[in-house]
Amino acid sequence: MNFKALTATIALIAAAPVVALAGGADDDTLVLNGEVEMTTKAAAPAHMADTYVDEIISGWHFRADETQALQMDDFENQGMIFVDDGLATWETVEGSEGKSCASCHESPDSMKGVAATYPKWNEDAGELRTVQMQMNDCRVNRMGAAPWKYDAKVAINVEAMIASQSRGMPVDVQIDGPVKAAWEQGKELYYTRTGILELSCASCHEENYGNYIRADHLSQGQINGFPTYRLKNAKLNGVHSRFKGCVRDTRAETYSPGSEEFIALELYVKSRGNGLSVEGPSVRN
Amino acid sequence: MKLTTIICAAAFAAGAANAADVVAPSDASFTEYGEIEQSLTGVPGNPEEGMKVAIDKGLGNCVACHKIAQLPDVPFHGEVGPELSWTGEVRSEAELRGILANAKMMFPDTVMPAFYKTSGFIRPGNGYTGKAAEGDIEPILSAQQIEDVVAFLMTLKES
Repeated sequence: MNFKALTATIALIAAAPVVALAGGADDDTLVLNGEVEMTTKAAAPAHMADTYVDEIISGWHFRADETQALQMDDFENQGMIFVDDGLATWETVEGSEGKSCASCHESPDSMKGVAATYPKWNEDAGELRTVQMQMNDCRVNRMGAAPWKYDAKVAINVEAMIASQSRGMPVDVQIDGPVKAAWEQGKELYYTRTGILELSCASCHEENYGNYIRADHLSQGQINGFPTYRLKNAKLNGVHSRFKGCVRDTRAETYSPGSEEFIALELYVKSRGNGLSVEGPSVRN
Repeated sequence: MKLTTIICAAAFAAGAANAADVVAPSDASFTEYGEIEQSLTGVPGNPEEGMKVAIDKGLGNCVACHKIAQLPDVPFHGEVGPELSWTGEVRSEAELRGILANAKMMFPDTVMPAFYKTSGFIRPGNGYTGKAAEGDIEPILSAQQIEDVVAFLMTLKES
């Protein structure tokens, strides 16, 4: 065998997908406030059978012990301060109709289950809606108030308050029927290698989760923990803003928070976490 | 002092490269195995400069994905790509030049970015601004920086 043939053989071996190391995620257990044991690892949903991911893993497992601990106790979880802000907004009357969220929905625990099933098809509107879109629909059409800018701080805080009502419940978004087209669009985006660096979501979060890229420990990019309190910027972060940051880091022209593309991507990525517990607001780096 | 002298000398040498001799990204000629046999500049690469490119987050940032045992003072070597600590023993200059310029010519599914390519991107951005690219797209590394990194990688040997 000559040198070039040998090189080509090595190339073929090297080109095979690099399966992430099983040791990448730790084996800790996430128990919330010493009471609620969260499902942070689960069998991959059936729609991921064509990937080589057989276990879905919460981003919590890829963080340092100290960061993990912050999420285990609501008094340590800085995200819960913003949940309190969201709760205050929930009870604040705004708009021409003299209503607050609480005027119709009463107790926040009426929101239990919402974060687990959104983005979700709205039959009356004939569209796929994120939680923030639904909140704005209420504001405009029921309260007579101005809609919030997508991923605005106030919107994220209320979204986190709503998410917190579902903590511990399994993510279970629908992917077929009327949302099938959007789900397929989201999947297409997930695997599209964008930007000057030509990286897709999958390049890092499917092919390389568990590996370090410089100082960053790559997770599966699950969004069951959103809105997420990041130590990096000391506030709650929305899913679409996080997507935007990732796409930007591929040296690409990003999509905007609230865009059709990010709504579709949110549905697809959320569906890759079907079976994991809702963790929002989680704590990450 | 010695290092500075070498770098200055290299800068002078690089500066002496005739622009007309530089192979443009679109003109880079790959073999069927994804190698580039011809130097992109005709000016020998400088390993000291190549090392700086390899560890600079704004340039090559090779260590983001690859471990290089010869650089123990550089923090946080990544695990995404293969370790490079013995690259100089197992790869030729032509292979390394091709892999750096566009690794997908040798490994079609690799996640490695192409460092000497200016077209064929999806939604190319203007640096890390998130905005669309304007005008001609510059390659991530210059031709001479590619040559310098090739030279640096060729120095990486286990023994």
